[in-house]
Amino acid sequence: MSPFLSIDDVSRLFGPNLTTGEKIAAKLGSKVETRSVRAVSDVTLSVRKGETLGLVGESGCGKSTLGRLIAGILPPTTGSVTIDGKPVMEKGTKVTTRVQTVFQDPFASLDPRMKVGDTVAEGPIAHGLTTKGQSRDYVAGWFERVGLDPDWAVRYPHQFSGGQRQRIAIARALAMQPDVLICDEPVASLDVSIQAQIINLFLELTHDLELTCVFISHDLSVVQHVSDRVAVMYLGRIVELGPVNEVFGTPAHPYTSALFGSVPKLVLDADELVHFETIDGEVPSPLSPPSGCYYHPRCPLATELCSGQQPATQGVTELRAVACHHFEQQLAKSTA
Amino acid sequence: MKNASTPLGRFWAEFRENRVAVVALAVVVLLMLLALFAAFVSPQNPYDMANLSLMDSRRPPGFVGSGGYTHLLGTDPQGRDLLSAIFYGLRISIQIGLAAGIVSLSLGTTLGILAAYVGGRVETLIMRAVDLQLSFPAILLALVIVALLGQGKAQLIGALVAAQYAYFARTAYGAAKAERGKDYIEAALATPMSGRLVVLRHLLPNCTPPLIVVATVQIANSISLEATLSFLGLGLPVTEPSLGMLISNGFPYMMSGRYWISFYPGVALIILIVAINLVGDQIRDQFNPRLRK
Amino acid sequence: MTTPVLSVKDLKTHFFTRAGVVKAVDGISFDLAEGEIMGLVGESGSGKTVTGFSLLGLVDAPGRIVEGSVKLKGTELTTLSTGELRSRRGRDISMIFQDPIATLNPMLTIGQQMRMAIDAHERLGARASEARAAELLTQVGIPSAKERLRAYPHEFSGGMRQRVAIAIALLHRPAVIVADEPTTALDVSIQAQILFQMRDLARETGTAMVWISHDLAVVSSLASKLAVMYAGRIVEQGPTATLLRDPRHPYTAGLIASLPAMAAPGTPLTQIPGTTPSLLSLPEGCPFAPRCDRATDTCKTDPSMTHQDNRGWRCFHPVTRTAEVPA
Repeated sequence: MSPFLSIDDVSRLFGPNLTTGEKIAAKLGSKVETRSVRAVSDVTLSVRKGETLGLVGESGCGKSTLGRLIAGILPPTTGSVTIDGKPVMEKGTKVTTRVQTVFQDPFASLDPRMKVGDTVAEGPIAHGLTTKGQSRDYVAGWFERVGLDPDWAVRYPHQFSGGQRQRIAIARALAMQPDVLICDEPVASLDVSIQAQIINLFLELTHDLELTCVFISHDLSVVQHVSDRVAVMYLGRIVELGPVNEVFGTPAHPYTSALFGSVPKLVLDADELVHFETIDGEVPSPLSPPSGCYYHPRCPLATELCSGQQPATQGVTELRAVACHHFEQQLAKSTA
Repeated sequence: MKNASTPLGRFWAEFRENRVAVVALAVVVLLMLLALFAAFVSPQNPYDMANLSLMDSRRPPGFVGSGGYTHLLGTDPQGRDLLSAIFYGLRISIQIGLAAGIVSLSLGTTLGILAAYVGGRVETLIMRAVDLQLSFPAILLALVIVALLGQGKAQLIGALVAAQYAYFARTAYGAAKAERGKDYIEAALATPMSGRLVVLRHLLPNCTPPLIVVATVQIANSISLEATLSFLGLGLPVTEPSLGMLISNGFPYMMSGRYWISFYPGVALIILIVAINLVGDQIRDQFNPRLRK
Repeated sequence: MTTPVLSVKDLKTHFFTRAGVVKAVDGISFDLAEGEIMGLVGESGSGKTVTGFSLLGLVDAPGRIVEGSVKLKGTELTTLSTGELRSRRGRDISMIFQDPIATLNPMLTIGQQMRMAIDAHERLGARASEARAAELLTQVGIPSAKERLRAYPHEFSGGMRQRVAIAIALLHRPAVIVADEPTTALDVSIQAQILFQMRDLARETGTAMVWISHDLAVVSSLASKLAVMYAGRIVEQGPTATLLRDPRHPYTAGLIASLPAMAAPGTPLTQIPGTTPSLLSLPEGCPFAPRCDRATDTCKTDPSMTHQDNRGWRCFHPVTRTAEVPA
C-alpha cells in the first residue's frame, strides 16, 4: 500500500503584514510585531488511496492551514504536497484539479450572485470535463448524486437552507472529479439534525467514488465517526497519528488524552452530574511558543526534558506515531 | 410581498415599497425621455437661428411670440423659448453626466479591482495615486483640466472623469478587498480557475452594488459639476447651451425682475439632481443590510 | 417543591414583519428553582434565543411579547415599564451572550466596565468595587485578577473574555442568568473549564440558569432538566437523564439518535429527513409532522402538552420504547 497523497516536511510561515508606515516605524525602534507565525511546522503525512484522514485540534492549531496547503490554496513555505507523485503546486500556482475542497461555511463559499448550477458547472467547463452545451445534464447528474433536485440548478444560493447549500458545495467539489477531497469543518455550521444527513452523504460518496479524504474538524465525535486514521495537531505540529479508534481509545500523547477528556459527552446513565476532565491553562500564543515540547506548560507528565528538548516523532506501533518524551507513561495511563 | 425569485425581481419588489423613490424614479425617467425626445416635444428648435427673433427676447412666461405660440416659461436674451431651451439643455446635461459617469465608473472600477486583486506594489501605486487625487477638491481639478484642454464636449467629459474616477476606484477597491477574502473566491481559485475568470465572473458582479450607488450619486455630481463649469463660462461653447449655461445667461437679468431666465433652468436642474439622489438613496438603503428592517 | 424563582407561563413572542407574523416563541411554559440549571435545546430558528431575550424583556421591534407571563421571584416582568425592567436587569436577572467580543466595550478596561456594571445598581466606593470585581474575576477562574482589571478586552483570549462576561453577569448575584450559547465559540478544552465552573457557581451561589444551546452533549453534562424547542414551542421537557435516556417526542429521539456517538464508526447515522420549517409558513398541526415517520392524519391537528410525572411532551404518537444506548 503505497502513499497516494503525500505531504513531505511541509511548513508554512505567516509573516506580519506590515504597511510601509509600520516598516518605517519598526526601523525607528517602535514596538511593531515583526515576528512571523509558524502556522504549520514540519508536517509529514501520507494518506493511502481511499483512506479518510481526520485532522483535529483546537482553533489556531494549524489544521485549517494544513488543509489549505494540501488543497493547493496556499503555497507551503518549505516542503511539498504530491498526489500520486505529482505536485499539487508549482511556483506558488495550483497545477492540478485532482484535489478539491469543501469549505466550512456554505453561506460564504457560494457566489451569492451566481445560479448554483453555474457555480457547479464553471470549473468542469473551464477544465474540459464537460462542455457548455452538455453542462446542464452534467450538473443535473451531480445534483442527483448529492440528493438535490436538478431543477434547482437555476436558483440562487439564498433560496437554499444551510444543509442544501453544503450539498451544492459538495457537488461543486465532486464535479471536478477529484481523487482527493479536503473537507474543512464541513458540518460545523450546520444544525444538529442536518449534520447527520451531510455526514451520511459524505460516507456514501467517499465510499462509492473511492475518494481519498482529509477531514478537518474540531468535533472529535464526527472525526471519530468518519475517519480511518486521525492526526492530532497542537500549535502547528502533529503530536499524535494513528488509527482513529486506537488514538482516541488509548491516547499516547497527554494532549490527545486531555482533549478527548474535555469533550462533553451525552450523559445518559447517571442522574448525578458527571465530572469531566479539563486541561489547565490556554493554548500559548503561536508568536512565542514555549521551548521544547509545545505542550509542556499544560502537561501533567512534563519533566525538565520536555521544556528543554522538542520530542521527535516516534513509532508506538507499526501504525501509530507520537511526539512525546513520556508516551509510554501516558499509554500505560490510558490503558489502565 | 411578491415571491420574486430573480435578484432583480426581488430588488424591484423592495424598491416599489418606497413611494418617494418610485416618484423620483418616474421623474428621472420622464426627464430622460424629455431630453431624448427634445426635438419632438419642444415647441421650437432653440438652435435654429432662423426661428429666433430678437423681438421675442426676455419675454415673461405666457407671452405669445412672433412664432405664434405661447412661451410657457418665457424667453431668454436671444429670444429662445425657455421651455425648449430647457429640454435641449437637459439633453446636453444628461448626456455629459451619463458619459462622464460611465467612463469614470469603468476606469475607476478597473483600477480599484486590479489593485485589490493583484495587491503588492500595484496596489500601493494605484491606491496612493487615488488618495492623492481625493485630497483635491473635484471642482478645482476639473477647472484646471478644462483650462488646460480647452472647451468642447470631449474635453469636458475628460475633465469630469479625471475629477471623479477616484471615487469609483476607492469604492471598487474597498468592495473587492472585502470580497477577495471570502470563501467563494477562494473556492473558485482553488478549482483552479484562472484569475481573469474569477475577477470577471465572481469579483466584479459582487462589487457592483456599492458601485451602482456611487454611480447614481456621481452622475448627479457630474451634472452639477458640469453646470458649475458652464456657469463659470468654462464648460461648453455657447452654441450648445446646457442647463448651467442657461442659468448663466439669465443671471445678469436676475436683478431687473426677469427672474425666469435663470429660475426655470435652475428648477429643472434641481429637480433632476434631487430625483437622481433620491433614487440613489433608496438603492443604497436596499444594498445596506444594516439599514434593513 | 419550593416556589420557583422563575416561572414562565404560555409565553408568546411574535415578530410583525412585512412578510407576515413570525411566531418565534409560541406558547412556552417552564419553572426554574433556585440553583437549578435548565438546558434549552433547539436548532437555529427554533426560538431558543428569542426566548432568552424575552425573559429579559430585550425583544426589539418589530417583535413583542403578545401573551403570557414571566414571573421572577413572584414579580410579573412582562407588565413592567422599561425603566423598572432596566433596574432589574443585571441585578435580578442577567444574560451572557455567545460572542463576548460584542458585549465588551473595546475602549474601556475590564475594571472600568465592571465598575460601571456595579454602579448601575449599587453605590460602592472605588476601592470596594475594585475588590468586588477582582473577587468575581478570581471566582470565574481569571488568574491575577487585580492586575487584569487594568487590561483592555483585546488583551484577553476568547475564553478569558467570556469569563469576564460571566463575571459581569454575576456581579449582583442575580437570581437567574440566561446564557445564550456562551461556549459555542470556544475551544473544547476551554468550554470544559467554563462548564465545570458554571456548575459549581450555580451550586454555590444558588443562581438559577437557563442554558441555551444547540448541543445536547453540552447541556447534558450541565443541566438538571431540559426543554427541547422546535418551531417556537417546547416539544418536550423533563429531567435531563430521563429525557435523554427515554425520549418521548420523535424529534428529541431523532436528535439523540443522529449523534455520531450513537452509531458504529463508518456506518450511516440515523438522520432526520428534511429541513427545519420556516416560521413564516409552518405546516398545519404539529410542525414536526412532515419530517416525522410516526406522523398520521391525527397530526394535522395541534398536539397539546401531555404531562406525566415530572415531564411532558407534545406528541400524539410518543416514542415509548426505551432508546437503545451503546455502552
